[in-house]
Amino acid sequence: MTHWTDIGSLEDIPVRGARVVRTAAGCIAVFRTSADEVYALDDTCPHKGGPLSEGIVHGASVTCPLHNRVFAFATGEAQGADPEVVATYPARIEAGRILLDLAALKARSAA
Amino acid sequence: MTQKLVVIGAGMASGRALEELFALAPGAFDVTLFNAEPRGNYNRIMLSPVLSGEKTYEEIVTHDAAWYEAQGVKTRFGEPVTGIDRARKVVITGKGETPYDKLVIATGSTPFIIPMPGHDLPGVIAYRDLDDTNRMIQAANTPGARAVVIGGGLLGLEAAAGLRLRGMEVTVVHLAGHLMERQLDEAAGYLLRKALSERGIAIHCSASSREIYGQGKVEGLRLEDGTEIPADLIVMAVGIRPGTALGKAAGLAVGRGIHIDDQCITSDPDILALGECVEHDGAVFGLVAPIFDMAKVLARTLAGQSAAYVPIEVATKLKVTGCDLFSAGDFAEGEGREDIVFRDPARGVYKRLVLKDDRLIGAVMYGDTADGSWFFGLIKDGTDISEMRETLIFGPAYQGGTALDPMAAVAALPDDAEICGCNGVSKGQIIAAIHDGAHDIGALRGTCKASASCGTCTGLVEQVLALTLGDDFVLPQAQPVCGCTDLSHEDVRRLIKTQELKSQQAVWQELGWKTKDGCHVCRPAINFYLLADWPLEYKDDPQSRFVNERNHANIQKDGTYSVMPRMWGGITTPSELRAIADAAERYKVPTVKVTGGQRIDLLGVKKEDLPKIWADLNDAGMVSGHAYSKGLRTVKTCVGTDHCRFGTQDSTGLGIKLEKALWGSWTPHKVKLAVSGCPRNCAEATCKDVGVICVDSGYQVGVAGAAGMDLKETERLADAPTEEEAIELTIAFIQLYRENAKYLDRPYKWVAKVGLDWVKQQVVADADNRRALVERFRISQSIYQKDPWGELVSQEERKAWSTPLATVNLEAAE
Ligand code: SRM
Ligand SMILES: Cc1cc2nc3c(=O)[nH]c(=O)nc-3n(C[C@H](O)[C@H](O)[C@H](O)COP(=O)(O)OP(=O)(O)OC[C@H]3O[C@@H](n4cnc5c(N)ncnc54)[C@H](O)[C@@H]3O)c2cc1C
Ligand code: SF4
Ligand code: FES
Repeated sequence: MTHWTDIGSLEDIPVRGARVVRTAAGCIAVFRTSADEVYALDDTCPHKGGPLSEGIVHGASVTCPLHNRVFAFATGEAQGADPEVVATYPARIEAGRILLDLAALKARSAA
Repeated sequence: MTQKLVVIGAGMASGRALEELFALAPGAFDVTLFNAEPRGNYNRIMLSPVLSGEKTYEEIVTHDAAWYEAQGVKTRFGEPVTGIDRARKVVITGKGETPYDKLVIATGSTPFIIPMPGHDLPGVIAYRDLDDTNRMIQAANTPGARAVVIGGGLLGLEAAAGLRLRGMEVTVVHLAGHLMERQLDEAAGYLLRKALSERGIAIHCSASSREIYGQGKVEGLRLEDGTEIPADLIVMAVGIRPGTALGKAAGLAVGRGIHIDDQCITSDPDILALGECVEHDGAVFGLVAPIFDMAKVLARTLAGQSAAYVPIEVATKLKVTGCDLFSAGDFAEGEGREDIVFRDPARGVYKRLVLKDDRLIGAVMYGDTADGSWFFGLIKDGTDISEMRETLIFGPAYQGGTALDPMAAVAALPDDAEICGCNGVSKGQIIAAIHDGAHDIGALRGTCKASASCGTCTGLVEQVLALTLGDDFVLPQAQPVCGCTDLSHEDVRRLIKTQELKSQQAVWQELGWKTKDGCHVCRPAINFYLLADWPLEYKDDPQSRFVNERNHANIQKDGTYSVMPRMWGGITTPSELRAIADAAERYKVPTVKVTGGQRIDLLGVKKEDLPKIWADLNDAGMVSGHAYSKGLRTVKTCVGTDHCRFGTQDSTGLGIKLEKALWGSWTPHKVKLAVSGCPRNCAEATCKDVGVICVDSGYQVGVAGAAGMDLKETERLADAPTEEEAIELTIAFIQLYRENAKYLDRPYKWVAKVGLDWVKQQVVADADNRRALVERFRISQSIYQKDPWGELVSQEERKAWSTPLATVNLEAAE
């Protein structure tokens, strides 16, 4: 089951930047790449909790601001030897609006 | 019995549809054709060559009155249809009613005019038909006339290039960050902008128009940021809207366009539609290829045959002679997608292929588009490219062979093959220089000049070295900036200056970056180099800054921030202290600490409170202490002559003057200063980046000290008899450091590399150079000496910056 939620317009996020969506189950970082794609990841770095939304966005990945782990948007996996994986959420753009599928998060907060 | 067919619109869609229909079912219909324009169909897409003077109107006519007459079509040119009465099956014009059995709507689209103030002044036009084109040609006939084109898409740029060719002064104003953003990625957009700029077209991107001004006619365009661009002609090319008015008024199903099904039939079974006025399966149209497909289908439907319209991929080309670009398919980044990028900076060539699941799904090309149609074919056919992946980007000519060994390729080159394009050095000349004793890159650059200019052929030259010297050749270990490039920081800085690279796109493209938009290592460095070298032209990019410099506070391990106001020279007042105390209480700051730099730190502030605490401190007259920045931190001072019995000069006063002169300037790494009033050195000036010790005879200016990870005493730059001279020496030293050091080298590391003698030569011995350095620093400060707290001024901006985009209540969303 999907649960698409409108969270704002693409213009609200700077290119190669991020904004945060607050939920009862924690914050989600929504990123915008230079190609105007959006991605949603947990805002909390699995290493030591760094706010990923504050990282530098490059290509389709972000560098955590605290200790520079690099996470791929598509998979949530840390680059190289680092073992961490951060949760990702389906995101898409429809007529300039950003939609997130928060079904996974909902299931988690209900559990 | 022949049926009555009425067609509204004699454009490219209906022209093709009628041709198809007469071929399939000659004489089946008695056709009446209405057109708003007082003429028949012409090749609208060739208006741009007419505008530029490369073609005449006569050459682009496709269906003239004679053609229609020969087909038995009754033409009613210059007579727009004003209504459709579906109940009585008639169309209505100013001259009366015409009955139909079948009706075709092909009204195309209308240009969108931004309803900004002044949009209705004479001199504001769209770019859609022959009349618009003639108006532009006429405007260009007035000597010295100026044009502004709003919109940097396909149409806008063709208009701009045409007007420029006719001798007008042309400016393009574009809302997005790069030209043709819907068809091109940033890199290709950059190359296009460069090519158009070289033709003398001024281009403003990320620029939004506020109003058109003028008394009784256009006099110019004013942008949101207040810039005024004088103009005699303004062309609005910001988009098109499907021409749905007739369909809507007649009660047909209309969304963005008039709804049609796969047979081109509207919601009324007797009314068909095609072209730019329709919407099919959610899509609307702006290029002729799919419209010609529709024409075939519509003709068959009318002729009683079965056919279905199938959406196709479209490719875009810009019709500006000399600007070769091509784009097709989907070139956005996305899950499971991979890029293959090829850049040849010397030739201005850029190609990017986007792959997904071993299929080519998108292609963007600039400069060399010869293989465009081959790639387009691969996209359309969904060909599996896994077999040819390694050579795919080189096009069809390279397929079928074995993968290339780069060494073998260089070995196979003839001696007269050019290796270094900038200096015209051939492989043979390089080999000769090597035999004459040049055994490394540095020596080759010094002798035969290979790779001495833009440096992008360095890899090739190294391969020639390796081939010639065999085992004697050891690849030099110049540390590249990061994995995105093979160039070192020093090379990048040099090339930014010599090649006048003024944007990140320019650096990535011209220096052959291997990634699309860099990484967290190179982006902050390049951003700094650009703003230091081109303070007036380059615009600082917050997205290329580390979090602390973007959020103007220091991030801590739990994600909260520390806030530190400037305390000029360590001097404060009771009212400042009171404001700091009030703020600490108001925002429940957990820790208040006196720092090692003579100021007060408020640690543990939440991000959403930052704008508020800044506003409070700003109101009390304080500005950001830049405690996070690669920039000026503190100028420590002692109490000096005002109070101290040993003080020789006003050390506090000089410290405050230095801090007020230097704050806000970005530097390669942080910079700390101190001024002590006598050699007892209470301000610890002998271990700072710049430390001044006051003595009876004046000021001893020391530089390149360190007291962090390394410990090092300052070295004497010069003795200055006056305070002015001490300040001038300090500023010149800092500017020399800003212009030359590697990102993240503190001054002591940089001076160790370039030598104190060279620094003295630049700053002390050569007085003209010193003054020039100070002047360049002053220019930079005119842009950058701004309080970042105060900069985020408007409430709106503060809110957007520090609040969540949305708050989602998972329960309520049930
Ligand atoms: C607040 C302060 C400590 C204090 O409580 O006194 C401080 C705090 C930090 N220092 Fe420092 N340094 C502070 C004075 C110093 C000093 C002494 C001084 O300035 O008089 C030094 C030695 C001199 C020097 O600059 O080298 C100092 C040498 C460093 C270094 C080593 C730099 C080096 O090149 O060797 C770092 C690491 C870096 O910058 O890369 C550092 C980095 C840091 C950072 C920014 C670490 C970080 O990246 O997060 C600390 C931020 C704490 C926080 O969360 O806000 N701090 N730091 C001092 C602020 C002074 C001010 O008013 O601006
Ligand atoms: C300058 C320019 C350059 C272009 N370059 C390219 C290109 O390189 N490649 C590409 O594929 N496409 C290009 N296009 C787009 C292409 O021209 C259109 O997609 C195509 O013309 C659409 O055909 P159409 O018949 O739907 O509309 P049109 O060709 O616009 O024809 C519609 C006709 O209907 C008439 N009309 C409208 N309302 C009424 C009414 N109520 N009564 C009677 N008549 C009416 C209009 O006067 C017009 O003549 C370009 C367009 C322009 C303007
Ligand atoms: S430096 Fe010496 S003289 Fe100057 S204030 Fe400190 S103690 Fe006094
Ligand atoms: S918290 Fe993200 S890398 Fe350490």
